[in-house]
Order: sequence, then C-alpha cells, then structure tokens
Amino acid sequence: MADEIILLDFWPSMFGMRVRLALAEKGLKYEYKEEDLRNKSPLLLEMNPVHKKIPVLIHNGKPICESLIIVQYIDEVWHDKSPLLPSDPYQRAQARFWADYVDKKLYELGRKIWSTKGEEQETAKKEFIECLKLLEGELGDKPYFGGEKIGFVDVALVTFSCWFHAYESFGNFSIEAECPKLIAWTKRCMEKESVSSSLEDPHKVHGFVMGMKKKLGIE
Amino acid sequence: MTEEVKLFGTWASIFSRRIEVALKLKGVQFEYIEENLSNKSPALLKYNPVHKKIPVLVHNGKPVAESLVILEYIDETWKHNPILPTDPYEKAMARFWAKYIDDKLWPAVTKVLVSKGEEQKGVIEEIQEQLKTLESELKEKKFFGGESLGFVDIAANIIVFLLVAQEALGMEILTEEKFPVLHGWYQRLVDDAVFKECMPPREQHLSSVKVWFGSSTPSK
Repeated sequence: MADEIILLDFWPSMFGMRVRLALAEKGLKYEYKEEDLRNKSPLLLEMNPVHKKIPVLIHNGKPICESLIIVQYIDEVWHDKSPLLPSDPYQRAQARFWADYVDKKLYELGRKIWSTKGEEQETAKKEFIECLKLLEGELGDKPYFGGEKIGFVDVALVTFSCWFHAYESFGNFSIEAECPKLIAWTKRCMEKESVSSSLEDPHKVHGFVMGMKKKLGIE
Repeated sequence: MTEEVKLFGTWASIFSRRIEVALKLKGVQFEYIEENLSNKSPALLKYNPVHKKIPVLVHNGKPVAESLVILEYIDETWKHNPILPTDPYEKAMARFWAKYIDDKLWPAVTKVLVSKGEEQKGVIEEIQEQLKTLESELKEKKFFGGESLGFVDIAANIIVFLLVAQEALGMEILTEEKFPVLHGWYQRLVDDAVFKECMPPREQHLSSVKVWFGSSTPSK
C-alpha cells in the first residue's frame, strides 16, 4: 500500500524546513501544501485544531504536529533509511536535549534581533551568539552533530542557517566572525542535496523579514 | 555491574517528582539528592552546566537533563512497565500532549500566581480553556495512557501543583463541577500506589505556596 504523505507548511518557516529535510533524508515522496497564515485553510484548522500552526504532517490521513515530534515520527516509521537518532538511549537523550535547547532559545532570540532596537536588540544578539558558541562546543571536532552523518540535532539547527543572513543584516553583526566553526558546519550540511533542497534562499528569507518589519511598522 | 542511579531534585518541584514516578514505576533503585536552589551544589552545576536546573538524572556517572528527555531515557533504558506506547503514531500523540502541558499549561499556571486583577482573570480563563482541551483528549479513558499511567499522565502532574496553588491562594480554577472528566482522572491518579508515594507532602506544599505567592490578590 502506498503511503500518502501531505505536509502543510509555510515556505520561510525554519520549523517546516526541518520536516522537509527529514522527508528528504528518508527519500520520501509527499505533497507539499503552502499555507497562507493570514487565511488558514480548513484542512490546517481540522488537522491542528489545538495550535492551528504549521508544520503539520498528514500520514495516511492522520495528522502529526510540532516539528521535532514530526521528525521523530518520520525517523521511527521509516527507520530503515538514514536514521536521524542514534540507537543508544544515552546518545538519544543527548540529541533530544540539544534539539530542545535549540527550540527553547534560537527562535525567540532571532525574532528579537530582527524586530527590536537598542538595548533589547543588543542583549538578544549577545545571547544568540552565546547560544551558538555553546552549540559549537557541543559539535566539537565532529563533522556533524550526529557524528559522521547528519542527525536529529543537525536537522533541528541547520534550518535556522538560512535565516542567519537576515539576522546579520537587521542586527548589524557577523555570525561567521563569532562562530566560524558553526558556519563551516552549515556549509558542510549544505553540500548535501537533502539540506540544500529543503532550505530556502537566505536572500528570499531576508526579503520576507523586510516585508514583516514593514507590516509590523518596525523601521 | 551494579547500576548507580542518582536523581537531583527538590521536594516541591513537580518536574523532579515526574522522574521519581517513572523510576518507581520501573522499580529502579536510586539515590535522591535534595538540592537547595538558592545554593546549588557543585555536583548539580557540573551535571547540568547548560541550564543549572533540576531534575537531573545521573546514570552510572552520565547526566541527563530536562524532565521529558529524562522520562524517555528511563523508558528506553528500563523497558518493563513502558510509559510510552510502542506505536509511532500513538507515541507522537503522547509527546504532543506532554509538550502542550509544558509549553502552555505550565507557563499559564506560574503566571496566574503572580498576576492580579483583570490580568489574573484572563489567565484563569486561559487555563480553563487548556483544561477543556485536555479533557477532550482524555475523553472516556481511565488515564491519558489508557488502562495504566503513562507519559502524559506523568507530565500532567502539573495539575497537582495547580490544585495546591488554587487552594493556597483561594482561587477556583479546576473544580469538579466545571471539569468532571479531569476531576475523575485526578482521583484515579492520586489513588495510584506509585503516584501517591511521589507527591509533595500536602500541608508543607500548601504553606510553601502561600509563602512564595501569597501576596497576589485572589480572584473567584
């Protein structure tokens, strides 16, 4: 029986990109449905009534929500190909911990960088760099957070990298100057077809953020 | 090889209580270390340098932090009496609801304790909406996990804190009249042999909450 996979998504979402990346890693065919978040489809509201957010994966009619939960689901169902989580429970716990860390910190700090000014923005930039440095430390000398191949933490974090140009531009700072090893890691990831085909063009993202700022009346 | 399992927690933290429940459900022997959060031990700072928080589980010298991450680790390491379903879809649902509880209910519960007047009324309504949502997930089931306590029931121990808080501060948020389904589930939860052993001592919890949060004006 062929699997029916639908992804409800919004093109600039780094959370939606995580799911695209996981599906690409597993070589899965799926139907991509672009949502207009100002006019959410009846399907989205039916499939994610609790949060009404993207991404939502619909597998044979059953919805799964929350990007890291979706990625784990994909990893568990299609476990034979390109495993994203290690098999050892302790290594899995470490991967979950760091993916959770990315979730707790980066989105909010990134949002503050492009949407605030003055001291609030400076504080957000400083904290953001501190978080990236901590992640650099966790990466260490490994090619990927997952070791020799990309894993759960790589999927959780790399999708933010196409937002870096926007953060740098609106925050007036250089991430590469502060975290060269992390940028090297993003470039290494982008050499993979699954990553480059799942992430958006940083200039397009920059344009999107510019549009958001105008709409929100932030100069 | 003998297992060495340590749990760093605090007596009032529902997050460290989650770990106690899971370890006891699995019959795992462990050493409990009570932390003083205003004077964190060098061990805690060493085992959780990123967040410096409890709970931390240390298994044969290796630390695991973040309560939901620890619960999954426990379930994968000690496989009997599973707390997560084996089916990937059911597992994803359990993770979804535990995350809902931590991302939505917990912040609202902490906010209701420090807000006043109109703002507090608004947060109370928010919490009641969330409780309705949880009731619609629970439906006719004995527990969120089905016939026995599972991952979501353990995560929902926040409701223990909510009930203590509402009594301590004279608020009415979760009542039997408004939430008969959740109320029934709660009675079964605290009746469970393992769960009730792991609850913070009630009188102590009540008086501590009064001391920590008592300056807020209660609303009905």
